[in-house]
Amino acid sequence: MSRQMTGAKMVVQALKDQGVEVVFGYPGGAVLPIYDEIFQQNDIRHILVRHEQGAVHMAEGYARSTGKPGVVLVTSGPGATNAVTGLTDALMDSIPLVVLTGQVPTFMIGTDGFQEADTVGITRPCTKHNWLVKDTAKLAETIHQAFHVATHGRPGPVLIDIPKDVQFATGPYSAVREARVAHYQPKVKGDLARITELVELMEKAERPVFYTGGGVINSGPGASQLLRELADATGFPVTSTLMGLGAYPASGKGWIGMLGMHGLYEANLAMHGCDLMINLGARFDDRITGRIADFSPRSKKAHVDIDPSSINKVIHVDLPIVGDVGHVLEDLLKVWKSRGRKVNKDGLAKWWGQIEQWKLKKCLTYKGSDKVIKPQYALERLEALTRGRDRYITTEVGQHQMWAAQFLGFDAPNRWMTSGGLGTMGYGFPASIGVQIAHPDALVINVAGEASWLMNMQEMGTATQFRTPVKQFILNNERLGMVRQWQQLLHGERYSHSWSESLPDFVKLAEAFGWKGIQCKDPKQLDDAIMEMLDHDGPVLFDCLVEKHENCFPMIPSGRPHNEMLLGDASTEGAIQAGGAVLV
Amino acid sequence: MSALNIKKGSTSHSAYDLRDPHAEIAGRHTLTVLTDNDPGVLARVAGLFTGRGYNIESLTVAEVDHEGHLSRFTIVTTGTPTVIEQIKAQLGRIVPVHEVHDLTVEGASVERELALFKVAGTGEKRVEALRLADIFRANVVDSTLESFVFEITGTPEKIDAFADLMRPLGLADVARTGVAALPRGI
Ligand SMILES: Cc1ncc(C[n+]2csc(CCOP(=O)(O)OP(=O)(O)O)c2C)c(N)n1
Ligand SMILES: [Mg+2]
Repeated sequence: MSRQMTGAKMVVQALKDQGVEVVFGYPGGAVLPIYDEIFQQNDIRHILVRHEQGAVHMAEGYARSTGKPGVVLVTSGPGATNAVTGLTDALMDSIPLVVLTGQVPTFMIGTDGFQEADTVGITRPCTKHNWLVKDTAKLAETIHQAFHVATHGRPGPVLIDIPKDVQFATGPYSAVREARVAHYQPKVKGDLARITELVELMEKAERPVFYTGGGVINSGPGASQLLRELADATGFPVTSTLMGLGAYPASGKGWIGMLGMHGLYEANLAMHGCDLMINLGARFDDRITGRIADFSPRSKKAHVDIDPSSINKVIHVDLPIVGDVGHVLEDLLKVWKSRGRKVNKDGLAKWWGQIEQWKLKKCLTYKGSDKVIKPQYALERLEALTRGRDRYITTEVGQHQMWAAQFLGFDAPNRWMTSGGLGTMGYGFPASIGVQIAHPDALVINVAGEASWLMNMQEMGTATQFRTPVKQFILNNERLGMVRQWQQLLHGERYSHSWSESLPDFVKLAEAFGWKGIQCKDPKQLDDAIMEMLDHDGPVLFDCLVEKHENCFPMIPSGRPHNEMLLGDASTEGAIQAGGAVLV
Repeated sequence: MSALNIKKGSTSHSAYDLRDPHAEIAGRHTLTVLTDNDPGVLARVAGLFTGRGYNIESLTVAEVDHEGHLSRFTIVTTGTPTVIEQIKAQLGRIVPVHEVHDLTVEGASVERELALFKVAGTGEKRVEALRLADIFRANVVDSTLESFVFEITGTPEKIDAFADLMRPLGLADVARTGVAALPRGI
């Protein structure tokens, strides 16, 4: 006999049965019955946000730093529409989320009722799947299915829209094991013949490279472990996308840095010049490939991805392997070992010689200053003063994000949370709160730009209320720096609306919310100021006034091939010289 | 001129000027897609095609298994082989989708479409329309003294040919169902 209960109670019961510990949410008329149930229990913690977008990004931070799905609860209409940016962000970056929205009662749907919106219609293209539940008897099963879909195959956000009458009505509760999920079982094991083919290519390759992405992180810590084992045993170089940082350690001997538009010279040239590219859980994003026609012209390309639609979507590959990166790596390692652990030693030695040559370019070099804080310097100091601590970094979107990726090193997966696919300004601050909720004792830092940070600054209240000691490290250039950089380089230095006018006094703002505020503009005082931030037991808003016109290099302008990378010395006045364009 | 030597007014530096224009040739493909008969599946499939810029020549859908709660879509689309592969993979990602087949490449299949033609006319033209309908095995499903409605089934090409013949004979209206298709044999 199944238990009878109200829909609202079912929601809470189903979340408990799914092992949910935290829900990020905001109440409203259409979810009041569920909030009433939340009030009457203590197993699930509810984090009251200040804006629904904040809730979704917090859930993303929570999910990405734990590997567990993030859960969000919001009301109908504006509550649901405010969640749309976060859903799209999670879809692009394959983050598992379960978002519950209230809806007007079933008998009012279609009447333009108060706070009615076609939530499943609006969110259909920005969720992995969504449901409108019209019958209480189906509610519990739908929630269980939703968790299954969000976390199986390529992870992603799902949404369940629950009309208010369905929350009030009573029905039978179905347990997790009763939920029908049979038909959605994406393939996780890779084809063994193809894996063997890849091993054969690996044995002969003269210039191989592992091109790793967020899929390695999503596959779980085991996949990162296997990647390390394989890369170190073969001696192949490893590069990673923005989303994959930490899967292979930055301190590892095979690490050649991040690739892509603002990736390292040696990483991009290795991609361009390799003869075997092994893509593990990355998706040939346009920020990675540059001009398609000239992308890695002489390589054989293997692509391991759990999503068949990622294969041959952008770049035609020679050896597609559909499966979970962790499973495929396990088999790959087994087959490679059983065939005698062969690699092309001479080829590899030459290849590494070439890579070392490229490294000599020291592409991250910037012009130092003892008068003004260079953003790169600020990150170098942050790195030096936090290295060795198990720290979690989130970022906003812009130049600071790219500098953070270049100058901070990640030795473990799930420690780096950034908005890659959608590039959502306003992601980093709420994401840092979500991370801190999941890891209350860890050091959590959001590397921010002043413009991005303002986009979700309302969450200061959330951080204060829930005592999350998040550190907001704002590289304040008083500019929409990345926009300014493009305008300088691509739009004739016409700086249309790319400066941050009327900024708040960040120290006073911090104090207004009961935070600690720190401002620093002198490079000589920076270390002490960073230490003051790290030592403070509570949230800190760090206003780091940096050079206003620094450009982020290296840069591959959109639509250019990898070997037409701009190095430039980030001169602060005028455009960079045409000679900054390096042709190899 | 900026530092990147981009000519004034040029748009070739757009961030999205990336795709290699494929030398591949686009062809017509008939896809058959078995899905759960859930509300919203049609919107998901249609949204996929519009959202990703794929062509739809025709799309038909109806429940085909009441017990099993299954619907079948038949979609006629055009695209290069790469695009068709991508469409198939994208359809496969939709959670309620069970199976996707490209009937155009997976062996022999049968395709049928049903159409209704309203032809208005009197005298010689009316007689000629009726005679041609007979040759095409079209049925008369409605008639007045000045008009017929013909029902015709066949391949889309046959229906096109019938339409061409009816046009000078007073073709007033057409309704077509789009293609339904299945593989031959078992
Ligand atoms: C929501 C949103 N709006 C607009 C953009 C476009 N955009 C990308 S970077 C950027 C400037 C970011 O400025 P800031 O946060 O100060 O970072 P900086 O580049 O100065 O380090 C803008 C406007 C975006 N990515 N997201
Ligand atoms: Mg800025």
